[in-house]
Amino acid sequence: MKYKYELSEVDCANCAAKMEEAIAKIDGVEEATINFMAQKLILVADENRIDEILQEAQKRISKIEKDCEIIIK
Amino acid sequence: MTKSQKKDLIRIIVVGCMLAALMILFHTGVIPELPEGGYNFLGLGLFMVPYIIIAYEVIAKAARNISHGQVFDENFLMLVATIGAFVVGEFEEGVAVMLFYQVGELFESIAVGKSRQSIKELMDIAPEYANIEVDGKIEQVDPDDVGIGSVIIVRPGEKIPLDGIVISGESRVDTSSLTGESVPRTVKEGDEVISGCVNENMTLTVKTTKEFEDSTVSKILELVENAGSKKTKTEKFISKFAKYYTPIVVFAALAVFIIPGCITGDWFMWLERACTFLVVSCPCALVISVPMGFFAGIGVASRMGILIKGSNYLESAAELKTMVFDKTGTLTQGVFEITEVAPAEGVTENELLETAAYAEQMSTHPIAEVIKQRYAEIGGETNLDQLRDVQEISGHGVEAYLRDEMIMAGNHKLMVKNGIDVMEQVSVGTICYVAKAGKYLGHIIISDVVKEEAKEAIANLKKEGVAQTVMLTGDRKAVGEAVAKELGLDDVYTDLLPSDKVEKVEELLKDDSKRKLGFVGDGINDAPVLAESDIGFAMGAIGSDAAIEAADIVIMDDDVRKIATTARISKYTLGIVKQNITFALVVKIGIIILSAFGLTNMWVAVFGDVGVAVICILNSMRILRKKNGFLK
Repeated sequence: MKYKYELSEVDCANCAAKMEEAIAKIDGVEEATINFMAQKLILVADENRIDEILQEAQKRISKIEKDCEIIIK
Repeated sequence: MTKSQKKDLIRIIVVGCMLAALMILFHTGVIPELPEGGYNFLGLGLFMVPYIIIAYEVIAKAARNISHGQVFDENFLMLVATIGAFVVGEFEEGVAVMLFYQVGELFESIAVGKSRQSIKELMDIAPEYANIEVDGKIEQVDPDDVGIGSVIIVRPGEKIPLDGIVISGESRVDTSSLTGESVPRTVKEGDEVISGCVNENMTLTVKTTKEFEDSTVSKILELVENAGSKKTKTEKFISKFAKYYTPIVVFAALAVFIIPGCITGDWFMWLERACTFLVVSCPCALVISVPMGFFAGIGVASRMGILIKGSNYLESAAELKTMVFDKTGTLTQGVFEITEVAPAEGVTENELLETAAYAEQMSTHPIAEVIKQRYAEIGGETNLDQLRDVQEISGHGVEAYLRDEMIMAGNHKLMVKNGIDVMEQVSVGTICYVAKAGKYLGHIIISDVVKEEAKEAIANLKKEGVAQTVMLTGDRKAVGEAVAKELGLDDVYTDLLPSDKVEKVEELLKDDSKRKLGFVGDGINDAPVLAESDIGFAMGAIGSDAAIEAADIVIMDDDVRKIATTARISKYTLGIVKQNITFALVVKIGIIILSAFGLTNMWVAVFGDVGVAVICILNSMRILRKKNGFLK
């Protein structure tokens, strides 16, 4: 399944690239893209484990940029 | 400015004032400086105050990143550099460098925010609501909640929220945000409308044909948002570069500090030089401005009705060397039109058309339709009572009786069969010969009309450096070659089946695999060819899912000139990206070399970091400004 989330406060393109790399390494994530200009995270991930994956993604994002949050509607 | 930007601005002003005050106190001798050789602890204490105010975030970030095992980031570099300045007793510089770093960061954040805003505006096509009628009252609902077949009301000035068919009302619709076409289209009952267009003057009632998710506007937005997932060679190069570059610079700085330090024993001087070296080394200018440039290019293109599925395609469009065209629907309109009415001697045009129209009365063939339409246009009417015994002769044409005279319309074989002596014409179109009561009346030529802009489109492509233009068509040789000659194409291959087209493209690709090959078609039968080529362009894609799926670049209206426009945008974008890379590297390397020889200072280094980043961002924003400059 493909998921799309907005991100708050992605301030630096280098950090976005680092986050992208970190999220792509999470087990169950097939593909992760962070669009720095549109401030979006696009995930192709296992739909059965999406909640768990999102939590882990948020954890990894926070490590790189403290104020950046995945906005889950 | 956002809240946090305002907070930063206030902090910068406060620290700026404190720094100025301290500098005055020291330089006027109010606070005495210690004699040479001693360390000024009073100065350290006083300058520490503004330093902490301006630097606490940087310190915190650096500490956090180190605790996560990421040592070499810009915060760390700034911290080491400024602490170094304090150690060597250059308090003013230490505070000032951090201050300017923050000023630069603020500029950078404002510039990024601004360009995000302008890109958002470019893509401001998403409708916020749909109007539906419930119990006689109009209610606003989320377009996501409207099912297929619902009736929605679109008032003047509102965006059409979902694709559908007009069931009542007539209005002008502005499609410019989707197609770049500035002339509004008039729609009336029975016409299709596309989401994302703006209704201009009258209320329309629309029956939806698609859910919001599948509507054109959602498709387009998704496409643009996903465009970042396919990275260009340049972007890949930059992110790889940044990965190795920062650690290399840190170790180089260490070397600059330790090696000459050991030899000369002048530790302070070499520490200062090493710090300068560190500050200038941040690769931010490149990491931000390169993807931003491509994003701006894609944004501008989408404003002009060109959807680019990834920045890699935008990058390769500049290198297009071979352009392959499908004929029908791309270079020609794919619609039949009468191109010549040639009555025989002593026959009027009216008589020729009347006879032909009667003969074709019962036929629904596209050619028959065109003839009937032309006859109606010149004011002719047909009375079916006068017509009898209509007989279609397969592979020949039609015979019938009109007012008891035998009439016939069809190909040359039909004339020969009925013993009518007429010269066979040579033409690129389909020729319909007409006769009445054994007498030849003349012929009508019906052709697929070449698009007005096609010739200009090909000339424009040549100007953009496309070396070879090729046309592929399933049509007859005579037709294909005539069209190719008229348009100035280099090569033409005719009588091709769809599978032959794939083979031809493969052959062309083999000829020179380094040159980028583009293919443009209407996207319906061309999916394999679109996939095979380096860049597949689909034309007239409004509403056609097949085209959006298969192509790399989608041209929303039918204007084939937009291929050259794409190449132009691509070249301009690449130009700006290259300028940024060159500028940033030259300035940085220059400062690094100067600092190793002690010919520069920390102030210059700060410019080399943030100053360069801001200049590169502003340069990338030029792409967004040049909205209409690409049309030419």
